[in-house]
Amino acid sequence: MPTKTEEYMKKDPTDFKEEILKKYPPKVARKRAKSIVISKGKESDGLEIQANVRTIPGIITMRGCTYAGCKGVILGPTRDIVNITHGPVGCGFYSWLTRRNQTSAPNPEDHNFMPYCFTTDMQDSEIIFGGEKKLMAAILEAYEIMKPKAIALFSTCPVGLIGDDVHAVAREAKEKLGINVFGFSCEGYKGVSQSAGHHIANNAIFTNVVGTDDNGKEGKYKINLLGEYNIGGDAFVIEDLLDRCGITLVSTFSGNSTYDQFATCHTADLNAIMCHRSINYVAEMMETKFGIPWIKVNFIGAEATAKSLRKIAKYFGDQELIDKVEAVIAEEMPAVKAAQDDVRSRTEGKTAMLFVGGSRAHHYQELFAEIGMTSIAAGYEFAHRDDYEGREVLPTIKVDADSRNIEEIEVEQDPTRFKPRKTPEELEKLAAEGFEFKDYDGMIPEMKPKTLVMDDINQYEADKLLEYYKPDIFCAGIKEKYSAQKMGIPMKQLHSYDYHGPYAAFKGAINFYYEIDRMVSAKVWDLVKAPWEKSPELAAAYNWE
Amino acid sequence: MLLRHTPKEIKERKALVINPAKTCQPIGAMYAALGIHGCLPHSHGSQGCCAYHRSSLTRHYKDPIAAATSSFTEGASVFGGQANLVQAIDNMFTVYDPEIIAVHTTCLSETIGDDVAQIADKAKQDGKVPEGKKIIYCHTPSYVGSHVTGFSNMVLGMVKGLAEKTGKKNGKVNVIPGYVEPSDMEEIKRLSAMVGVKTIMFPDTSGVVNSPMTGKYNMYPDGGTKIADLKSSGDSLATIALGEWSSADGAKYLDATYKVPCQVLDLPIGVTATDNFIDALRKAAGVNVPDSVTKERGVLVDAMCDYQQYFHQKKVALVGDPDQLIPLTQFCINLGMYPKHIVTGTPGNKFRKRMEEMFAEADLPYTPNVAVPGDMFLLHQWIKNEPVDLIIGNTYCKYIARDEDIPMVRHGFPILDRFGHSVFPSVGYKGAMRLMEQMLNAMLDKRDRESSEEAFELVY
Repeated sequence: MPTKTEEYMKKDPTDFKEEILKKYPPKVARKRAKSIVISKGKESDGLEIQANVRTIPGIITMRGCTYAGCKGVILGPTRDIVNITHGPVGCGFYSWLTRRNQTSAPNPEDHNFMPYCFTTDMQDSEIIFGGEKKLMAAILEAYEIMKPKAIALFSTCPVGLIGDDVHAVAREAKEKLGINVFGFSCEGYKGVSQSAGHHIANNAIFTNVVGTDDNGKEGKYKINLLGEYNIGGDAFVIEDLLDRCGITLVSTFSGNSTYDQFATCHTADLNAIMCHRSINYVAEMMETKFGIPWIKVNFIGAEATAKSLRKIAKYFGDQELIDKVEAVIAEEMPAVKAAQDDVRSRTEGKTAMLFVGGSRAHHYQELFAEIGMTSIAAGYEFAHRDDYEGREVLPTIKVDADSRNIEEIEVEQDPTRFKPRKTPEELEKLAAEGFEFKDYDGMIPEMKPKTLVMDDINQYEADKLLEYYKPDIFCAGIKEKYSAQKMGIPMKQLHSYDYHGPYAAFKGAINFYYEIDRMVSAKVWDLVKAPWEKSPELAAAYNWE
Repeated sequence: MLLRHTPKEIKERKALVINPAKTCQPIGAMYAALGIHGCLPHSHGSQGCCAYHRSSLTRHYKDPIAAATSSFTEGASVFGGQANLVQAIDNMFTVYDPEIIAVHTTCLSETIGDDVAQIADKAKQDGKVPEGKKIIYCHTPSYVGSHVTGFSNMVLGMVKGLAEKTGKKNGKVNVIPGYVEPSDMEEIKRLSAMVGVKTIMFPDTSGVVNSPMTGKYNMYPDGGTKIADLKSSGDSLATIALGEWSSADGAKYLDATYKVPCQVLDLPIGVTATDNFIDALRKAAGVNVPDSVTKERGVLVDAMCDYQQYFHQKKVALVGDPDQLIPLTQFCINLGMYPKHIVTGTPGNKFRKRMEEMFAEADLPYTPNVAVPGDMFLLHQWIKNEPVDLIIGNTYCKYIARDEDIPMVRHGFPILDRFGHSVFPSVGYKGAMRLMEQMLNAMLDKRDRESSEEAFELVY
């Protein structure tokens, strides 16, 4: 019997694309057509996808908003900053612990504000007369009770409209309290997706916190990990792994992070980027300002983890580190291989689809490949073209009105803290050995030819995709979970990991293999149809008369 | 300690809400809209609201929650959302083919002053609304009320937009079930049918957010109040509104506009409130209560008598929506418990008054703490000062419960970490039985966990 993958390869995704576009009003169809492309694998050069454009009103999108990207994604995982949402109660409430960011405060007396939700709960009188006074009072009350070392303020939609100046309030509070208080203009309507919120968050952290404390961790090989958010404990396994290799993690942006980590991150010697989308510009700015080079890494997938560790070791170029890394990889791999062999008989040849935020739709394809599964369709919720096509398209990306609204900050060399980490000769030598800095080829070339790439996929397209191809597993977020499952297709959340994890590094890979094995082999899906629905004809009947 | 920064000492806060015991209006409107058959809820604002509401409802119900958004960007926020909403209406009817679209506003569209009635009219004039299809709407600024108010506003939107009066009575009683679980709505229908009363219940999310597995995704499952029934609600004999906060406005509108007499009752949680509901149904339709209902009641009261010893003078803290807290507190009193701390995030002074009346009638030997509006940070502080034996509230209470080692029963919205609420009711006599079972088991589990080996007994 042909596998699902083989069956897929027989179909022409162009037919599918045409079929789904038919249903739309003509203008919508024209727009969506540009966001759906078919990968040619390594030969995908010049294949352009439309991304980071406005969501079409009335189309049931997977996307969230700028506030969600700023407070939820980037600042959410930081435990010792009091995050006050300035606005009506909803935004603060919905971003209250729902991303499964785990954190580990070493001592009971250490700050951990993550289980708390702080909001100014604006009422109509504040919408009419302004909410700055209430915000200031809220900051003072929060300080009085919590005594944090920093307070962050987040603007919601109405705050931007009525013109409350969170930055002015932050400055005044900073003066008054003597602690760092800073604001984010992350109103939900800015930009076209969460991506704008990441940008606003990162910029403000960079401006207000990064480089304010020179007393970073001591260590021989010091790195920052960028774009890792510690969903389901991912950061814990990466931290443990780096530790065993003798690599010092100065900061993580921002899984299991603290204020001091951000403040001292400029003392690291290398930036390793996990999620290219959410943070590549921070790496760029840190390089310009402090001279820290950056590389793309990936700790999702066992092979990818090994490759990333070797890349970090090669960067430092110290034989002691290189040997240590090899030893750790050698220690971890047997268990990984054993798990792969164990699940493979049940997963080989099966198909997956991944429609998730930024890098996850790309990175997780490696994990599926490691157990013989093929990703036949994938796309991002809030990516830009470079996440699909690679960084070489960056100069050709047109900046539209929505992106122009998001502040770009100009960065210069720091007069005292800038320090080149490598000499030109060292850089040349690394380049000659094929070492790449600032490289990211994007998702499209790494997908198999004839697979579908769809940006900002919506409910209707996802339903059609599932009906048409019936993959063995579908990966997206909570909003998409149960419509897929109603069709009898197991659905894995890759934003929050469905209450499971961690999936990063070697231990995480093993967790993931077994989780996918469980999902594609679950017996419960055989029960979707009742026996009488499977064969409604009566073959025989008793006759009592 | 998960909530390690919560001090015992209580200081007055005027501006900062910590751990809110409510959320915003639009999610309530979205939930209510899902209770109309063939309805696609629409959130008029930026897309984050819709995403958050869909996520929260999905996490709570573990079922698909379809809803669309106007996807405002900065331009729409400055120039108004008309173009977005008209385009959205066109796209929704073309792509998703609902029978009806229920638009609710957000704090964004409210603050810029979008007039959804006018925009819906424009969409109609522009030919974006197919023949026979409907649009209803309501205003739900998030800086007023709470999710409960939003639910109420959408219910009002339903009757304003759909109810008609033909002059010919339909012989039915309208029941507005309030912001309750789909299982509760099912139970209210079952009880009404047992009493022999024909009802029009709206909204009705049963079968919509707890829909069966069929192997096919259906954006509009079989459940939900039919539009024809909503139209007919102007011809009903009477309306019974369950829950002042979530149901009264719709019922009063029908009374004032179409002379359908209404009664506003508590949500039928516990014996007393269920008794009142059954009695009101009986009188509205002029029928006798059948023995089967009296028997169900008797079984519950029998169990209450059997287990009263474990509830006697046990202190309980309750947090949630006013409509739920009133009958829940009454039920705790009926069981002989001492309601100690009661917090709702939804503003409204009537709540305090109702509570005080209830305490006076129960002749409690102490004055319970009541916060309206209050938050769960204050609740925790109260508990630290005066510990309780049981907490009843939503999932977020689990942090307090763990820190203070107090048994907890999940009730209200949202419940993110347990199963049962959307399929097993907590209203009616059967629902009261389930609640009592949960409360009793939670307290006895703790007793089993903590008793000494000598005192570890088989028989309770």
